[in-house]
Amino acid sequence: MKFHGAALDDNSAHQEHPSYLRHHFNSVEQQADASSFAMWLFLLTEVMFFGGLFTAYLIYRNWYYPAFVSGSHQLNVVWGATNTVVLIFSSFTMAMGVWCAETRRRRGLVLSLTLTFILGLVFLGIKTIEYSEKIEKHHVPGFHYSLQSFVDPQSDPEVYAEYHDKPLVPDMARHTELYFSLYFLMTGMHALHMIIGIGILSFMILRARAGAYTSGHVTFVENFGLYWHFVDIIWIYLFALLYLISRHQ
Amino acid sequence: MSHISPVIWQFLVKWLTNFALLPPEASKVAPQMDALLFFMVLVSLIGLTIVVLLVTSFSILYSKKRHPVAVQVEGSTLLEATWTIIPLGLFLVMFVWGALIYFRVYTPPANAMNIYVVGKQWMWKVEHPGGQHEINALHVPTGRAVQLTLISQDVFHSFSIPAFRVKREAIPGRYTTVWFEATTPGTYHLFCTQYCGTNHSQMIGDVVVMTPEEYRKWLTRSDSGASLAQDGERLFASLSCAACHNARPDARGPSLANVYGAKLALASGGTVIADDAYLREAILNPSQHVTQGYAPIMPTYQGQISEEGVIALIEFIKNLNSDYRVEQTINTTDMPPVSEGAVTPAVKAHAAKGTVKP
Amino acid sequence: MSDTIVSLPDQATARIPKDNYITRENGLLSWLLTSDHKRIAILYLISITFFFFIGGALAGLIRLELLTPQADLMATDTYNKVFTMHGVIMIFFFLVPSVPATLGNFFIPMMIGAKDLALPKINLLSWYLYMTGGLLALYTMAVGGVDTGWTFTTPLSTHYVNTNVLTTGLAVFIAGFSSILTGLNFIVTIHKMRAPGLTWFRLPLFIWSNYAASILMVLGTPVLAIAIVLIALERTIGIGVFDPTKGGDPLLFQHLFWFYSHPAVYIMILPGMGVISEVISNFSRKRVFGYTAVAFSSVAIAVFGFFVWAHHMFIMGISNYAVLVFSLLSMLVAVPSAIKIFNWSLTLYKGSITFETPLLYAFGFMGLFTIGGMTGVFLGSSGTDIHLTETYFIVAHFHFVMVGGMLMAFLSGIHFWWPKMTGRMYPEKISQLAAVVTFIGFVLTFFPQFILGMLGMPRRYASYPPEFQILNVFSTAGATILGVGYLLPVLYLIWSLRYGAIAGNNPWQATGLEWQTQSPPLTENFAEVPVMDHEAYDYEWLEKQQLAQKETEAPRAG
Repeated sequence: MKFHGAALDDNSAHQEHPSYLRHHFNSVEQQADASSFAMWLFLLTEVMFFGGLFTAYLIYRNWYYPAFVSGSHQLNVVWGATNTVVLIFSSFTMAMGVWCAETRRRRGLVLSLTLTFILGLVFLGIKTIEYSEKIEKHHVPGFHYSLQSFVDPQSDPEVYAEYHDKPLVPDMARHTELYFSLYFLMTGMHALHMIIGIGILSFMILRARAGAYTSGHVTFVENFGLYWHFVDIIWIYLFALLYLISRHQ
Repeated sequence: MSHISPVIWQFLVKWLTNFALLPPEASKVAPQMDALLFFMVLVSLIGLTIVVLLVTSFSILYSKKRHPVAVQVEGSTLLEATWTIIPLGLFLVMFVWGALIYFRVYTPPANAMNIYVVGKQWMWKVEHPGGQHEINALHVPTGRAVQLTLISQDVFHSFSIPAFRVKREAIPGRYTTVWFEATTPGTYHLFCTQYCGTNHSQMIGDVVVMTPEEYRKWLTRSDSGASLAQDGERLFASLSCAACHNARPDARGPSLANVYGAKLALASGGTVIADDAYLREAILNPSQHVTQGYAPIMPTYQGQISEEGVIALIEFIKNLNSDYRVEQTINTTDMPPVSEGAVTPAVKAHAAKGTVKP
Repeated sequence: MSDTIVSLPDQATARIPKDNYITRENGLLSWLLTSDHKRIAILYLISITFFFFIGGALAGLIRLELLTPQADLMATDTYNKVFTMHGVIMIFFFLVPSVPATLGNFFIPMMIGAKDLALPKINLLSWYLYMTGGLLALYTMAVGGVDTGWTFTTPLSTHYVNTNVLTTGLAVFIAGFSSILTGLNFIVTIHKMRAPGLTWFRLPLFIWSNYAASILMVLGTPVLAIAIVLIALERTIGIGVFDPTKGGDPLLFQHLFWFYSHPAVYIMILPGMGVISEVISNFSRKRVFGYTAVAFSSVAIAVFGFFVWAHHMFIMGISNYAVLVFSLLSMLVAVPSAIKIFNWSLTLYKGSITFETPLLYAFGFMGLFTIGGMTGVFLGSSGTDIHLTETYFIVAHFHFVMVGGMLMAFLSGIHFWWPKMTGRMYPEKISQLAAVVTFIGFVLTFFPQFILGMLGMPRRYASYPPEFQILNVFSTAGATILGVGYLLPVLYLIWSLRYGAIAGNNPWQATGLEWQTQSPPLTENFAEVPVMDHEAYDYEWLEKQQLAQKETEAPRAG
């Protein structure tokens, strides 16, 4: 075994590398490579985490399909689709941000990140509207959950006008509570990830304004971009699975 | 055995009985399972001996004192193949043999007599179809296949009879079954083996195996006065099931005569065999198990009946298949009587008050 | 010709190197805010030892209760809490982090010639998450414990106990994230930070084993996390996912729980197997026999380990066909472990063996893990599982593989790498005695439990039929001896910090990269970036090195 490379007290070597190179890495490329790989791995753990919820969803949708249909009809497709478009667009602005960082466009980066941030807030705002609607209609499991809309669809004129659902028998109707549990769990977990992302975005915007990401060190922005795209993709699955159950009878 | 000294033989038997490594074999499957266990112990002992011999002999032969310079050996594909294939082969033998025993234990024969067991914190309630009720005890005859249908009223429990080598989880929400045929009269342990809370270790009892005559005597002494089916009939009436499940042509619910074991067409499409599990579900979650041709209007009885009640109803329904006289008479409380002897082709009658025999 | 491989520097003139990772910085904060993987490893070592003795005390209470057939030492509720906390603490706060977080953290970077793990601050975060979880677990014990069993079976844990399920669940949840981050760190490090020339098949087998375990940590633990979240919601607001009266299915919890908890046992054992590879190689002076087979077996165990979880559910009413599939796969997962045992045995062939303490523990591992592993096959065969499951046979099986296997491997590794971590040798004679005492105590404690299980004694019982007493008494007697065996190392290892012989760079004359530098190591591990140009366990290369060193020193000696 040979030893090579600079010894640690060799000052000349110290001046060669940029300040953001952590000392346990040999080169900037290695650092960027390792960070990226770590983020992909972390996203894989997130897939496994959501996977448990998707499994529960799979099983119960299979067993209680009519309840899931009725529950899904309670969700507003317009809001859901809007949110989907908002997030996809925010992924676009995020990708623009990464490009700006890589091409050292500071103002472009700040703009892209700010747009992503705003779109993220829009998403959460729409989610708040949807959640408050559910609260009003007593469709939150465990908190005075009401079967009214399912055993008597005509008592819910908006939804009835669109779908003309047949009334569910009480013990199928009570499985809608399971549907909403999964709805709140999955979208809630997703929203939590959005909130964390938005928090990090606000930090990033401040740092980007100071030029931290446009002087060659783009790893943070790139990896955050990966995270943001992942959160977007999860939403697309959630939209399809939760909102689009039997939209046309 | 004649060539082994009777003294030594006696000593061995006494020693093996007092320091037994397995419970007594009291069921037909017990010796079969013990044979596989013995095979596994043998293979393990041989495997362990090989490893210990290798390690010990190499340690002696190649200690630094005796063998100061190590000789680097990369490996041997032949050896790798050998100790991959042989263990794999042995494990696959155990897999097949074990699977055969497993299927045997959980596939009851058609003529098995059925006993229901309800587990709850912290006792076992054993219900014989003839109306004998036991708590933490199970009386069975020798020479007869006995099927246990188990369910829990609360948490997971597990019904274990080590002497029979059988064990089955009692789960809330659905039936599980196991069967055995007892061979040796005696009293054996009954344990709950799935941790179920505070008094898990007190959820134990006795399995009493009797000869068939003794068993018959026991049945008559322990009769509670009403068979499970009669209990079920009373429940059927008190819950007003007959309001829909009667013999009228415009009845809101299907007739239950001959329904047990029949193939039903469901309203959701598809067919199902109306077994214990189906009947239980139909009582507790009716809207998903509606028979074709009927509206999903049956209310759920979840929370209104205990598991024993469900069992009683199922026994009642099972018995509707067997009595010819039952098919000839209708008896419900709020319906106009049909003239005796008249049998309409599409409708079979059911529920005669007090004439159902266990 | 001596019968030891140990080669120490001249004790009269030898000194601990002045600049090392321990002396580089001083003060409590320099330890609590460190990003040095070696310091974090020491932090973990102290904390897991602490939790081990808490778990061990709980085990002592269990064995004391089981001396008599009646539940007369403590209330059954208390007994239920004691065995639950014993399981939770031993599994999540001792076994899972034991080798990876201590030896793995310390030596993975050194073995691959790196200066630290890829994500040093995440490494520190892992330790803080572990401590948070651990302190929560202690808090739970202080406020009344939890009595669901470490398996949290629903509906017992969701609707039928009024003990601290939520805080325990939270403690395990947080500890799980510690585990995920450690595994993530290891995978990135092993992929991206190997020294030039260090190809995958030149890596020490310790790295392969930890890599396989890390894959399991990263992919399996999140599913446990979600299972705990679902329990918490079921318990607090009653969402119904596991409640049959609400249309849910308690078996769904079993699937989600065991989907992690089975790979978890491989998370626990694989790093220990890595230690065994290193120790057997070193003390027989030979490259591990069948290096490639052992490396691939580690990965095979990890992969197959994901597909066998329902063998914990054979009697719970899953379909017969599911049982067939899982039983077959369980048989397949047993094969790579058998391959490893034989490869280790053959490593001794034509070696030059010395019997220092690490090797004694390794031999203990091989015998006890063989028994433990074989009894696993008894359980994987669905038919015999019917009789043996949920009895003391299971308890004996997992203690053989975890305590007789994993814990012995951990002790082997601690003794082997103690001189490198501290610069001091442990005292050989008393440590050999401790190893033998541990082995005897272990067999006496747990072998009778196999017989108890075959006789039908159920597990988690505070009271039992009187005919089981004599075997239980043997078991408790053994536990007392075992306790002594575990206490001794703590005492003499601490003693050695002050009074142990100075070890020098390479007291074991080992081939690993970590041994080619000072003991204790520098904070940056190596003065210069090493380049690998030889295989792992290359004793011929080592000889050439040692000769070359003698030649450079010889002219000076005159």
